[in-house]
Amino acid sequence: MIYDVVILGGGPAGLAAAVEAKNDGAENVLILERDRELGGILNQCIHNGFGLHTFNEELTGPEYAERYIDKVKDLNIPYMLDTMVLDMHDNGELKSIHVINEENGYMVIETKAVILTMGCRERTSGAIGIPGYRPSGVFTAGTAQRFINMEGYMVGKEVVILGSGDIGLIMARRMTLEGAHVQAVCELMPYSNGLVRNIVQCLDDYDIPLKLSHTITFIHGKDRLEGVTVAKVDEKLKVIPGTEEYIPCDTLLLSVGLIPENEITRNAGVTMDNRTNGAIVGELRQTSMPGVFACGNVVHVHDLVDFVSEEAVLAGKGAAKYIKGDLASEITFTTTNGDGIGYVVPQQVAMKNVEEKVTFYMRVRQVFQDKVVNAYIGDQLIATKKEKKLLPAEMVNFKIAKDVLAQYPAGEIRFVVEEAKK
Amino acid sequence: MYDIAIIGAGIAGSYIARELTRYKLDIVLLDGENDVGNQITMANSAIVHAGFDAPAHKLKGKFNAAGNLMYDQVCEDLDVPFKRCGSMVVAHNEYEMATLHELYQNGLKNGVPGLQILFKDEVHAMEPHIHDDICGALYAPTAGIVSPFELCIHAAENAVDNGVTLKLNHLVSDIINHNDHFEIITNSGNVEAKYVINAAGLFADDIYEMVGKPYFKLLARKGNYFIFDKEAGYLVNSVIFPCPSKKGKGILVAPTAHGNLLIGPDAEPVHKGDISTTTERLDYIKENALKNCPSLPFNKIIRSYAGLRNTPVKDTFTTTDGDFIIEESPVKGFINVAGYESPGLTSIPAVAHFVVEEIVKPMIPDIEENHDYNPKVRKHLRFDEMTEEEKVAIINEDPKYGKVICRCETITEGEIIDVIHRSAGARTVKSVKKRCRAGMGRCQGGFCSPRVVEILSRELNVPLDEIMYDQQDSTFILSGQTKSVQEEA
Amino acid sequence: MKKDMTCIVCPIGCQMTIEEKADGTYEVTGNTCKRGPKYAINEMTNPTRVIPTTVVIKHAMLPRLPVKTAEPIPKGQIFDAMAAINQVVVEAPIKTGDVVIKDLLGLGIDVVATRTMDKCSF
Repeated sequence: MIYDVVILGGGPAGLAAAVEAKNDGAENVLILERDRELGGILNQCIHNGFGLHTFNEELTGPEYAERYIDKVKDLNIPYMLDTMVLDMHDNGELKSIHVINEENGYMVIETKAVILTMGCRERTSGAIGIPGYRPSGVFTAGTAQRFINMEGYMVGKEVVILGSGDIGLIMARRMTLEGAHVQAVCELMPYSNGLVRNIVQCLDDYDIPLKLSHTITFIHGKDRLEGVTVAKVDEKLKVIPGTEEYIPCDTLLLSVGLIPENEITRNAGVTMDNRTNGAIVGELRQTSMPGVFACGNVVHVHDLVDFVSEEAVLAGKGAAKYIKGDLASEITFTTTNGDGIGYVVPQQVAMKNVEEKVTFYMRVRQVFQDKVVNAYIGDQLIATKKEKKLLPAEMVNFKIAKDVLAQYPAGEIRFVVEEAKK
Repeated sequence: MYDIAIIGAGIAGSYIARELTRYKLDIVLLDGENDVGNQITMANSAIVHAGFDAPAHKLKGKFNAAGNLMYDQVCEDLDVPFKRCGSMVVAHNEYEMATLHELYQNGLKNGVPGLQILFKDEVHAMEPHIHDDICGALYAPTAGIVSPFELCIHAAENAVDNGVTLKLNHLVSDIINHNDHFEIITNSGNVEAKYVINAAGLFADDIYEMVGKPYFKLLARKGNYFIFDKEAGYLVNSVIFPCPSKKGKGILVAPTAHGNLLIGPDAEPVHKGDISTTTERLDYIKENALKNCPSLPFNKIIRSYAGLRNTPVKDTFTTTDGDFIIEESPVKGFINVAGYESPGLTSIPAVAHFVVEEIVKPMIPDIEENHDYNPKVRKHLRFDEMTEEEKVAIINEDPKYGKVICRCETITEGEIIDVIHRSAGARTVKSVKKRCRAGMGRCQGGFCSPRVVEILSRELNVPLDEIMYDQQDSTFILSGQTKSVQEEA
Repeated sequence: MKKDMTCIVCPIGCQMTIEEKADGTYEVTGNTCKRGPKYAINEMTNPTRVIPTTVVIKHAMLPRLPVKTAEPIPKGQIFDAMAAINQVVVEAPIKTGDVVIKDLLGLGIDVVATRTMDKCSF
């Protein structure tokens, strides 16, 4: 059997993309999921804060996932669980996906279109090179979250957390609620990386100190973690000698960054963007490989699942158009990041595929107050977005109407952070 | 009463145990750790040296080249990843080129085959990513890279399969010499043996001191390392050494037997047991590795670690000039295999042969050959290395090979179950990692460790929170269930 | 009495100060919109939180069921709430929204399941 669309990953991106593709006319859609159930990372995100934009409700992760899982089931979209994708090959008209699972063994699945939704993995202590010993008791925050919320086991009692991103903050509260003592959250930068509501509800509520401009300089303990040395860093992020402080603890949680999981993408030869660590994508999330689409954390790391779902709809639409032969491939615009902007997605826009607007997603490189994000083509200012506060932790969602873009035949759209003009 | 007790199940003790099973002997292999090969053996450069730098007049020189040549057969029999990728000692100037010539001559004396001095163009043709300044190299085609912990583990497995008794968590605190046998006191009970082979790595001097007047001392010298993601594995094809100095072989840039890239080690005297990495040392390694490979992608590092060398000090040599101490000691029946630093890994097949044939055999009257000796371990089924046809077949035979547990290295549940149930099998998360690589990839166990803990718990019939990372009791991963609700079994 | 706080109603996160006046009313400064003072007064007089956590569940694929308080509960009773929630053992099957604890701590607020878990044969 040849599928119309096969989706690699049954988390929020894959689920929303599958639903959209099916609703847009793709008949044979299949979701492949490596875990024992659909829902992806949402299954272990038992906290609130999901769905404010999508459903106008405040839901927990599992509730948000269930909304989409129900849609998948209602649409009779088949899915395989405990199934690992080993490889994807581009054979031109068709793609072949090599997968294995216990039940069916080794399978080669052929499909017209693929949507990559593999999500991301956590940066490790090895990757950031924390010096010291290598005892048990050091976890990435997500791994600890899985143990606590799904397997039902605590990972320790006296905790230090490195990284004030949302996962670290959420785990500070979770550990505390389950009886652990969180001594401190250390953050390398002079500002927190998480949503303000999480600082208030996860740290302030429980009097957990947030040590900004701090990092961990040594891990103590040969067998199980015994403590960490933390120290202050200067504006160049270098340790200030003499500021070292020893904090006894038996657990260290790391929330030091997420990395899109693109091994399959790279191996298949899809063009990558080293600013996002994800594939270069267009307005309907098509990659450099015709018929291969990507959306969600695998393209760029999101902070709100609502934007993941929004993006996944684009990919689902794109895949459905593609199999009908309706997806235009001539690129009208490319985008680039100017001053203050770290990256922009999508990196390419084919105007023929745009219905009403294009939503450009981006992140700023530092905290900005009372600025605007301006979009230029050449010297021409084409659109402006005013923001009282811009944070690297909060993705910017910049919509530009089709009519505005249609005034330009081609070019590079450059996004910059600038002063508001009077 | 055992015939022979071997103290230390590192590469030396485990391999010697395996060699001894060629003869009908009652052998016990003791180690204080919760797994074999848990100290020096698992934290080194993993190089199988060609042997051109070992001083010709020393045991190191005698055993290095000989051991090297035995590696193909050994790794075939024991199913250990081994690549004869060659090595290059590189020179940046004429002065260093002169050193290369000295090494070349020494290599010839040691019987190292295939040595060549290469000039600039040849070197860069073979190694396109090394530094432009490099003007020549001593190329040794017989050098290689191996998986040292797998070699140790499979040797121990083979030893046990051939009749050796393995006793882990037996830390030796004293030895009583009863003249016709030794009584070894450990924290898990006493063991008696007629002969003792002391292969206790860094603690071989402490062990010997329990029976005799010390005539050598061991100093620990620490070396830090970085491991890079397999994406960086293409940067070098052979092991790249800088020109050696008094401190040692220097900071190398090497491929690993599994396709990663490794840089290190430095050399720093420390107290025994200090395996911590430090920022200064790690920065020093990065700085020096760049001299030979300028495009090292530091953002692709997946792990750093430190290992210890055991450097012998004896009346007849200094710390920088030492040699293996492989002999029957002044205490009758007590054999030392000490000071076993580089090229210990390379030399072990030759050293073990020597210990068995030249030291042990003459000691034991009426020693009988073991005609049931089987030098081979049952082959490991490494899913990631199989062809598509082989993958189809193995999953058909055992569906557990159809479930991928370690995503980064593509390790299946079937492989994990296998390494748990072999002789000298895995019982901890770390020992699973050493045997089948689950957790050695870029996510460093973030995704797979909950699953590995579950599999260990199920296969060993032990509650989840009693599964250890490494040492028994003290390296717990989970501290207990949430809610502290007692669940019925 | 004066208190500083960060508003969490929107991403701006205004740094506000709330002061209780002699006549019992509250004065809020530092806000940029109308929602700020409402949040500040709430936080000052009766701070409440939704508590998301898990309970023990039997006969399901996993040993824990995620739950939450259906409404925010007084911040001061968070740990009492956790103690009560930790006593509960539910049995699969459970649907999202099912009441796991009725009237938690007599506050008139239920604790509800936030995912569906089918019954498993093992």
